[in-house]
Amino acid sequence: MNRIKNVFEKKQKGLLNVYFTAGYPSLHDTVPLIKSLTQAGADLIEIGMPFSDPLADGPVIQASSTAALQNGMNMRVLFRQLEGIRSEVPETPILLMGYLNPVMQFGVENFCREAAAAGVDGVILPDLPLDDYVAEYQEMFRRYNLRPVFLITPQTAPERIRRIDELTDSFLYLVSGPGTTGGANTQAEGVQEAYFERIEAMNLRNPRLIGFGIGDKASFQRACEYAEGAIIGSALIRALEGTDDAPAAAARFVQSVLK
Amino acid sequence: MPTTYQQPTERGYYGPFGGAFIPEMLYPNVEELRQQYLDILADPAFQQEYQQLLRDYVGRPTPLFEAKRLSEKYNTRVYLKREDLCHTGAHKVNNTVGQILLAKRLGKTRIIAETGAGQHGVATATVCALMGMQCIVYMGEIDMERQKPNVYRMRLLGAEVRAAMSGSRTLKDATNEAIRDWISNPVDTHYIIGSVVGPHPYPDLVARLQAVISEEMRKQLLEKTGSELPNYVVACVGGGSNAAGAFYHFLEEPSVKLVAVEAAGHGVNSGHSAATSVLGKPGIIHGSRTLLMQDEDGQITEPYSLSAGLDYPGIGPLHAYLADSGRARFISIEDEDALKAVAELSRLEGIIPALETAHALAALGQLGAGPDDVVVVNLSGRGDKDLETYLKYADTIL
Repeated sequence: MNRIKNVFEKKQKGLLNVYFTAGYPSLHDTVPLIKSLTQAGADLIEIGMPFSDPLADGPVIQASSTAALQNGMNMRVLFRQLEGIRSEVPETPILLMGYLNPVMQFGVENFCREAAAAGVDGVILPDLPLDDYVAEYQEMFRRYNLRPVFLITPQTAPERIRRIDELTDSFLYLVSGPGTTGGANTQAEGVQEAYFERIEAMNLRNPRLIGFGIGDKASFQRACEYAEGAIIGSALIRALEGTDDAPAAAARFVQSVLK
Repeated sequence: MPTTYQQPTERGYYGPFGGAFIPEMLYPNVEELRQQYLDILADPAFQQEYQQLLRDYVGRPTPLFEAKRLSEKYNTRVYLKREDLCHTGAHKVNNTVGQILLAKRLGKTRIIAETGAGQHGVATATVCALMGMQCIVYMGEIDMERQKPNVYRMRLLGAEVRAAMSGSRTLKDATNEAIRDWISNPVDTHYIIGSVVGPHPYPDLVARLQAVISEEMRKQLLEKTGSELPNYVVACVGGGSNAAGAFYHFLEEPSVKLVAVEAAGHGVNSGHSAATSVLGKPGIIHGSRTLLMQDEDGQITEPYSLSAGLDYPGIGPLHAYLADSGRARFISIEDEDALKAVAELSRLEGIIPALETAHALAALGQLGAGPDDVVVVNLSGRGDKDLETYLKYADTIL
């Protein structure tokens, strides 16, 4: 049984998925952060694999990625850090999020093997096209029991949403509006709600998490009205900036969203 | 459909290079463009408007000039394709004229662009002024400093120039920022990419819009030399738009030797270079699988060239294929030799070239061309924008 499926079976509403960049604020924060975020009540953990040119990310995640790379983070270091994580955090789903080029250079099969060995459940690669996934990687991901997560945006056509839903066996990542990660919602009133309702009315088979621009208790609760839960990234990274106790700051942040 | 050099596959592949590796947010825009670009380009009404603007606004056809003193120096027959005489001073406007007409047909009202040396930014700002469209140009902070006159020109033309502050603050980062803008403005905005880079269909679209360069060359060569086919075509490559245009109608002519000239910066192995065909490995940049300068972890490394237009860590997928298959020969030229070529062309022919173009000229001595060989150098841009750099390096140049 997959941990992602489990968590959505156990809890149908108000799931919190938190994102942080591996190796930020310091190189060895990865595992302590997973533990403290989980203990504080996060339901899913998304670990960013830093990339030099993260096209879908706003300034906060860009800066954390640059800092993480300067700290010496790379794929080998990350997988070494994740060894043994499942003895400490057995149930919480862990997803890796990143861009295709570092994964390609590491070798996609090597990546799948290492991720599976570490107990990773899902993978988000925003610049991996759907057709390329199906043609080249679907079989491999299945072999390693890694679930891909695909993005859906307000511009994604209904038939494409159906196709994404069919290719998914985890959750759908609903991008809240136009923009990169961490941006404010600048859409006219009602536009975002209409989009969420339109997706809800499609009765898709996978649960949905809303991400991009979710950053505090109010925006989290609002997103949860339209989906099973939400994803917070940039706001958590901001809470980690300049702290000398990242796990404690992370726990305080999660509590501030969930209390 | 099999790949040829001219025509990528339906999914945008030239051999193993190309494709469209883009986040879902860009999918609808890129897909719309992919489905429509060939029909729009083939539409007689589009062609009429495009050809008329190329003639009356850009000033085409540009001359093919026999450079007699340069020919004498290199003991071969050198012809210069005078793209520097295009309106705005470089070949870039061939593409922006075509893309602004395309954007209008797609119903877009807001235009974004990236720029390195500023030539593409100026060419985009120019056509936006002509068509009354809003224009935002992203430019690396370092490039804004080293190509100041072009920043002023863009502003004078009514464009907003936004500084890209991330990474090396040059062309790669300006492109990242333009892509992020497009992600944030998916409905009303068209992204006019300035080179044969980016997700499919951009490399093919830009190559087709620049192909007018080699189309004219063939006619002009027939008139001047008695043959449409030269022995060599030489062009500089950053992303590779002027080279794509200069090579296009010779790609399937095996007797024509194609020479792509990259910027070696301080030297190919100095750690300060932009010679992607030598230093790059297959990887993904700006939505395209191509040759890419990167470290062993797949992080994109910072290129270096004194020339802002060649300072890019990738090359277009067509050029990656030309390099990989051996169809084109790639030469790299260091900063200093490019600067010397600036002086040489200025003194021998009375033409001050852009620093980018000077890299192509500096390769003349390495071609191995004989006295009867016809060598066409694509003179992609003029040097006015580089005068500050030329002054600074006057000791090297003069």
